[in-house]
Amino acid sequence: MMTTTSTQAGIRAGGVFKRLPKLAGCLLAMIFLAAQPALAQDAGSALEQLRTGSMAEREQAIETLGSDSNNLKLLQTLQDGKLFDFKAEGKLVFAQENATGYQLSDPLSGAVLAEVERGAVGKISLNNKLRGVLRKTIAQLQLNDTDPVLRLIAVQALANDIDDKAVILLRDHLASETDAEIKTAINKMLLLQDINSPEKDQRIAAIAALKDLDSQDVVNKLQALIEKDGDGNFLEADSDVRNLAEAALIKIRDRMQAYAALETVFFGLSLGAVLVLSAIGLAITFGVMGVINMAHGELMMLGAYTTYVMQQIMPNYLGTALILSIPMAFLVAALVGIAIERGIIRFLYGRPLETLLATFGVSLFLQQAVRSIFSPLNRSVSTPEWMSGSWQINDFLSLTWNRFYILIFCLLVFTALLQILKRTKLGLEVRAVAQNRGMARAMGIPTARVDAMTFGLGSGIAGVAGVALSQITNVGPNLGQAYIVDSFMVVVFGGVGNLFGTLVAGFSLGIANKVLEPYAGAVLAKILVLVFIILFIQKKPRGLFPQKGRAAES
Amino acid sequence: MKLLRNTFRKLALGAALSSLLLGGQAANAEDTIKVGVLHSLSGTMAISETTLKDTMLMLIDEQNKKGGLLGKKLEAVVVDPASNWPLFAEKARELITKDKVASIFGCWTSVSRKSVLPVIEELNSILFYPVQYEGEESSKNVFYTGAAPNQQAIPAVDYLMNDLKVQRWVLAGTDYVYPRTTNKILEAYLKSKGVKPADIMINYTPFGHSDWQSIVADIKKFGSTGKKTAVVSTINGDANIPFYKELGNQGISAEKIPVIAFSVGEEELSGMDTKPLVGHLAAWNYFMSVDTTKNAAFIQQWKDYIKNPKRVTNDPMEAHYIGFNMWVKAVEKAGTTDPDAVQKAIIGVEYPNLTGGMSKMLPNHHISKPVLIGEIQDDGQFVTVWQTNKLVDGDAWSDFLPDSKPIIADWTAPISCGNYNTKTKKCSGQNY
Repeated sequence: MMTTTSTQAGIRAGGVFKRLPKLAGCLLAMIFLAAQPALAQDAGSALEQLRTGSMAEREQAIETLGSDSNNLKLLQTLQDGKLFDFKAEGKLVFAQENATGYQLSDPLSGAVLAEVERGAVGKISLNNKLRGVLRKTIAQLQLNDTDPVLRLIAVQALANDIDDKAVILLRDHLASETDAEIKTAINKMLLLQDINSPEKDQRIAAIAALKDLDSQDVVNKLQALIEKDGDGNFLEADSDVRNLAEAALIKIRDRMQAYAALETVFFGLSLGAVLVLSAIGLAITFGVMGVINMAHGELMMLGAYTTYVMQQIMPNYLGTALILSIPMAFLVAALVGIAIERGIIRFLYGRPLETLLATFGVSLFLQQAVRSIFSPLNRSVSTPEWMSGSWQINDFLSLTWNRFYILIFCLLVFTALLQILKRTKLGLEVRAVAQNRGMARAMGIPTARVDAMTFGLGSGIAGVAGVALSQITNVGPNLGQAYIVDSFMVVVFGGVGNLFGTLVAGFSLGIANKVLEPYAGAVLAKILVLVFIILFIQKKPRGLFPQKGRAAES
Repeated sequence: MKLLRNTFRKLALGAALSSLLLGGQAANAEDTIKVGVLHSLSGTMAISETTLKDTMLMLIDEQNKKGGLLGKKLEAVVVDPASNWPLFAEKARELITKDKVASIFGCWTSVSRKSVLPVIEELNSILFYPVQYEGEESSKNVFYTGAAPNQQAIPAVDYLMNDLKVQRWVLAGTDYVYPRTTNKILEAYLKSKGVKPADIMINYTPFGHSDWQSIVADIKKFGSTGKKTAVVSTINGDANIPFYKELGNQGISAEKIPVIAFSVGEEELSGMDTKPLVGHLAAWNYFMSVDTTKNAAFIQQWKDYIKNPKRVTNDPMEAHYIGFNMWVKAVEKAGTTDPDAVQKAIIGVEYPNLTGGMSKMLPNHHISKPVLIGEIQDDGQFVTVWQTNKLVDGDAWSDFLPDSKPIIADWTAPISCGNYNTKTKKCSGQNY
């Protein structure tokens, strides 16, 4: 309920807001001042504006609230999307979602308030502009935090969208800052401002200090120095400064190119990792056993859905759920694989065409089963915190974590598989049966059981690949179809029956694709790679690393 | 043939009249009016189209509760073209010739509409098409209740240019007819506004593309020159999720480089992890979050009908809502479901849309709609950040492509043509 006095305060506050631009300069001083009674009243009306106002009014309210460091928690709550309008009592509350609705508490004091149903509160919504203002306001308040990590974030937030006010603020802060990393960040930002300084010496000094930094801001500033205006005059009148800038730019560009090449290699390797992961299971079933399994993609899909189910079972531990999905997916896919082998494929050995058709039928069956159980809509699999974002090496080179982990995961799976084939009894039997089935049976190896186990192993690895795929693509009934062609391509290109061939083929196709993509576009790059493989297979029908020996020749 | 058709028409008219006179007395097969629903219920497009099938069933159900149409009950005939474009044409023929439907509501992709078009024109039936599309078409037999480019793409670009001061543009799309035509129009429009070719980057990717690393890296580089950059996305369907994910992972936030999408709505967002999408934009003619009493009632009706309180409503659903009600009004006005009579009667029919305006069927078979731009929130809904202050009339032939600039569509006398050249004063007869 709004009382008469607060209405008056609102009107007074309205006047203050009209003069806001002038007041903005004083904001800095205000931060260091203790909250005054007048300010507290303004804050009251600002809260009201935040609650019911339009986006523009909310922006003003945030700026008013930003003048008092006591409001930091409130603003952070707003940024996190936890600030709600408690409609019945007409006030702002912090709301924590629970099973039935929301647990409310006071955003400033933290005092626990009522527990309400979902409809009783309305979220205070933000748009992009407000988010920007909010981030900046919070940064200004956090600049004096005791935690250096928060201070660094604050400095970066201010430097990202720099204006005169922020420059003054940071310049003042530099004197009292003790952390070396934060000092460097502020210095860099100030040097960038110096490039536009009216003093020539300062400009030259700034260029000299900045030319070794790998920063996009530096490139943009230097580029601006050597550009011409509409009449063909240089924007920077002094030729010394210009030449220096140009020389510095050339050097930075060279470094940029090197980084770009590195980035392409990483992109290629990570695409290759996905290809290898999806092909490696096939390399066993198709390569070692000679079974054309068209349902291979659907086994990957099952792995991806296992991840989804695991995340549904433990929604609060996404990371753990993902890691647990790996053995689970292996198990699920392996069991389905063994069932397919025992139920269908074992009757069709030596009849590739029938196997192809039968497994194609199985793939349709699995797809429809998933559609009926989980709905035809894609399921949302969340990415745990530690797999999102990127490893920012510098402005020109950053490696995304999810791809990075998948690359490592791919190599781990490959090594593990290699060890299984080399060092375990099952591996020995698999290799024996693959080399000469009749002889193996004569030596007392139960070939039927080995066939089932081998097929299970290949299928299980497809399931594991599905876990990885769930992190980078859509989990839906059609997931498998998107990868089946690529998988066969990699196995055939690498040489049927050769695991190392699959690895090399996957990575080289990935890199080739990524090198071509910037020139040819995504569509044409794929076509070019396909044409290359067709031509290659004409020349070397057995792939990159053909199997040698009498058994392979027949 | 023509004689035969005329006889049929007279017979149908007679039947309609007699049933009107007799009330509900005549109890035979002619007792219901059949409405065809032509949406894929399996295959890749089932994700989007199944919802529209359910919407149609709900609308027909509601109309029947109100007493049906012309004193008869409506009967939905649902067929499944299975995301298979030629099958759309076959199923449409089956609906018209075998089931004798009065009109068809259906199709989603442009290629499915183009496949149905010859059939629907040959058999002179009616199709209501509810999805935003690339324009450059106006058929006598099709009513386009989704947005034409000037009701979605052009206002979106205006918003970015004027409100967000965007100077560099990435036009990213899936490689098929809708994105290609839309981007052609947008490119011409941007150039007419003085944007240099160096500030436009165009990129196409295949359906279901999932490896966005290098494209997003390119966008990042393109947008790092200090000039404000935005992505105008006509990326379709599934491919959006990995695209937004990659944007988030490479640290491109909506504040730095906003993405405005034309194919991402509430339905698509409901299957996504929305974290990386918050703050990105979409342009539509309807948002579920729009606060009007009509919309609230519609949402409640939908949730009750589908028996799931978590289901969302979206733009093409509203298009079907408007289209179906306009058809009902037109049939009541004409007193018959005869296609020719309905085609004539429906032009000028007005029906309130769900966002608070009054949409009208225009002579070019498109409707007037408001344009809304919304920011994605973490609950999968949109907050409207901008909207046109009045309804925008759909324009069949874009004014920004040199070839289609002089062309208009007008299905009223004396022009009666979907492709009329105002310069040569000729109707080409080719409507698509």
